[in-house]
Amino acid sequence: MIQLLVFLPLVAALVAGLGNRMIGNVAAKGITTLALFVSAGLSWVVFLDIGLAHGAAYTVPVLDWIVSGDMRVDWAFRVDTLTGVMLVVITTVSALVHLYSWGYMEEDPDQPRFFAYLSLFTFAMLMLVTADNLVQMFFGWEGVGLASYLLIGFWYHKPSANAAAIKAFVVNRVGDFGFSLGIFATFVVFGTVQLTPILAGAAGMKGSTIEFLGGQFDTMTIICLLLFVGAMGKSAQLGLHTWLPDAMEGPTPVSALIHAATMVTAGVFMVCRLSPMFEAAPDALTVVTYVGAATALFAATVACVQTDIKRVIAYSTCSQLGYMFFAAGSGAYGAAMFHLLTHAFFKALLFLGAGAVIHSMHHEQDMRFYGGLRKAIPLTFAAMTIGTLSLTGFFFTAGYYSKDAILEAAFANGSEASGVAFAVGAFAALLTSFYSWRLVFLTFFGTPRWGASEHIQHALHGEHDTEDTTDSDHVPHAPAPAGTGGYHPHESPWTMLLPLGVLSVGALLAGWAFHDRFLGLEGAPAFWNGSAVVRTGLIEAMERVPEWVVWTPAAMFFIGLGVAWWAYMRSTDLPAKFVASNRGLYAFLTHKWYFDELYDAVFVRPAFAIGRFFWMRGDAGLIDRFGPDGVAALVADGAAAAKRFQSGRLTAYALVMLIGLAAGATWVLGPLMAGR
Amino acid sequence: MIGPSSIGLGHYITVSAILFVLGVFGIAINRKNVIIVLMSIELILLAVNINFVAFSAFLGDLSGQVFAMFVLTVAAAEAAIGLAILVIYFRNRGTIAVDDINVMKG
Repeated sequence: MIQLLVFLPLVAALVAGLGNRMIGNVAAKGITTLALFVSAGLSWVVFLDIGLAHGAAYTVPVLDWIVSGDMRVDWAFRVDTLTGVMLVVITTVSALVHLYSWGYMEEDPDQPRFFAYLSLFTFAMLMLVTADNLVQMFFGWEGVGLASYLLIGFWYHKPSANAAAIKAFVVNRVGDFGFSLGIFATFVVFGTVQLTPILAGAAGMKGSTIEFLGGQFDTMTIICLLLFVGAMGKSAQLGLHTWLPDAMEGPTPVSALIHAATMVTAGVFMVCRLSPMFEAAPDALTVVTYVGAATALFAATVACVQTDIKRVIAYSTCSQLGYMFFAAGSGAYGAAMFHLLTHAFFKALLFLGAGAVIHSMHHEQDMRFYGGLRKAIPLTFAAMTIGTLSLTGFFFTAGYYSKDAILEAAFANGSEASGVAFAVGAFAALLTSFYSWRLVFLTFFGTPRWGASEHIQHALHGEHDTEDTTDSDHVPHAPAPAGTGGYHPHESPWTMLLPLGVLSVGALLAGWAFHDRFLGLEGAPAFWNGSAVVRTGLIEAMERVPEWVVWTPAAMFFIGLGVAWWAYMRSTDLPAKFVASNRGLYAFLTHKWYFDELYDAVFVRPAFAIGRFFWMRGDAGLIDRFGPDGVAALVADGAAAAKRFQSGRLTAYALVMLIGLAAGATWVLGPLMAGR
Repeated sequence: MIGPSSIGLGHYITVSAILFVLGVFGIAINRKNVIIVLMSIELILLAVNINFVAFSAFLGDLSGQVFAMFVLTVAAAEAAIGLAILVIYFRNRGTIAVDDINVMKG
C-alpha cells in the first residue's frame, strides 16, 4: 500500500511529462489528479491506522541501493506516526492543488508539463518523509529542490522567473551542503545512515567530542547544527530565507504547494524526525530556538509593508515556520508538527484563495489595486476570511490551538532562549494579526480601486495577460485612483472553489479534532508512539502556565485586528502619515532588512568578480591564449607564410622544377661520376 | 678533322650550355608573353640536341643523331599543341601575359 501511495505520483508524473502533447491536456490532468487523490485516500488510511488506531510502526524494504564497505543504504519506507501526519498533509494539499490547477491553469498552453512537475514534486516530498535512512531522505530532499526549481521557473520566458528559480536552487544548495556534511558526520560517528540505530544511539553519544575544523567540539551539537543548516535552507529560516519570497514568481498553485505541504515543511519534519539527536544536543536546540524566533519576527515585520498579495502570504509562511522551529527548539516537537498540520490547511487555503482573487482580477497582484471585492467574489471572500481567522488564531480555529500550544510551550520550557522566543512569538502574533487583516481589508473592503491597474486595462482590451509579480520597492504603477474602470471581477470556476471549501473545513476543524492527540498529556505519547520525542514534563508544565500566558495570543489577535481596522478602514490616511514620519523604518522593512542587498554585496558581487577574473585572466588570458587559440594562431601564421610560395606564376614553378631536377640529378649522378 | 686547334667537343658543349641557360632564363625572367616561354623551351631542346649530335660525332655512334631527330619531332608536336592551347586560352581570357596566368595562386 505504501509503495502504491508513494509511487503513484511518480508514475503519473512520468506519464504526463513524457506523454505531454501526445496524450493531451485532459488526459495529463486527469491522470495526475486521479493518482494524487488515490494517494491522498491511502494516506488517510495509513494515518488512521497508525496514528488514531495506534497501529505499530513498520518498515517496508523496496530495493538494495548502495552497499559499500560498512555503508549500507537501502530503499525502504519507514511508516510511523510522524510519517503518517506528513503523508496526510502532503497528499491532501497536493491533490487539492492539482484539482485547483484545472481552473487556475485553464489558459496555459503548457499544462501537461505543469501537472507532471506538480506530481514529481509530491513524489519527491513523499520519498523524503518516508525515508528509512538519511541518504534516502537526502534523495527526496534534492528531488524537492529540483522540482521547486522547475516549478518556480515554469514560465521560463520570464527572466524574473528564471532568476527566482536559480536563486531558490542556489540558496537551497547552501543548506543542502550543510545537510550532506551532517550526514557524513553522522556516518562517521554512528557508522550507519539507518535512522533506527542512529536515533537509538543518539542519547549515548551525548557529551562526546569530535574533531571538526581543527578543534574539539561536542559531537551531537556539531551534527545537529550541520543538519539544521539543511533545515534552514529548505524551510527558509533567517539567513537562507531569501529564496522564498522570490519563489512567488511561480504560478500560484505552486506557491500553495511549496508553502503548505511540500518543501518548506521538510526542515521542520527533519528536525522532528531526528528529535532524539537534537535532544542530545541542548546547545543546538538553543540555536534552533533563536533562529526560529528571529525568523518569526523578521518575516512578520516585512509582511506588514508588502503590497503584493502573494508576498504578504509568503512572508507569513516564513514567519509561521519560525514558530515551528522555536517550538521544536523548546522541545515541543508535537506542537511544531501540529502547527505544521494546521498551517498546511490554512496556508494552502490562503494561497489558493489569493490565487482565486488574482484569477478574478486578471492577474493583478497588487493589493492597492483591489478593494471592495467581497461583493464581487463572496465565496473567495469567505474562504480567505476563514484562512485569516485560522492564521491569526481566532478562538477554536486550527491556528488557535497550534499557536497557543507553541507559545505556551516556549513559556513553559523556562530556558532563556525559549523565554525570548515567547516574547518574540507573542509580538509576531500581533504583527501576524495586523498584516493578515490588512490584507483582508485592502482586498475585500473599502471602495474598488482597480480602474488604474495595467492588468485590468489589458483585460478590458481583450489582451491575454500572465501572472506578474511586482516587487513592492519598485512598483511601476501610478498611484491608484478609485473606480472599477468598467471591469467586473468574476467568481472562479468550481474546480478552484471546491479545494477552497475542503481546506476551509480543515482550517476550522483540524485544530479541534487533533489537538489532544498531538499535544495532550495522555494522547501524545500513545499517538507519537516513539516516532518523535515527547517531553511529558513540558506538556505538564504547559498545562500549568499562568492565565495571562493563555490569553496572550487572543489579546494579540484583537490588538492586531483593531490596529488594522483603524488604519485601513477607519482613518485610511494613517498608514501614509506613519510612513512619512518613519522613513527609515519603512525603507528598512520594504528592503526586507536589507538582506538581499547584503548578500549581493558580500556573496554575489565577489562571486561575479572572481568569476570574471578567472574568465578574463585565467581562461581567456592563459588557457585559451596558450592553448587552443595559440595553436590555431600558429597554424594560421604558418599557412600565411606557406601561402606565399604559391605565387601562381607559371615561370616560377618551372624554375623551381628545373632547380629541383638539377639538384636531383646531381644527387644521383654525382656519386656515380665520382666512383667511376 | 677535329684537331687541337680546330673546334672541339668542348666548344659544342659550351654553346649547348649557353643555349640551355638562355632558355632557362627565358622562362624564369620572362614576365610578358607565354609564346616566349614556348620559344625558350625550344631553345632548351635545341641545346639538348646539340649535345646529342656532338657526342654522337665524338663517340662515332649514330644513335645519338637518330635521337636528335626524335627530339625535333617531339619539339614540333609540343610547339603545335602549345600554340593551340594558347589560342584557346586567349579566346577565353583575352590575354596571354604570363603575369595574368595565376589561377593557381594560393
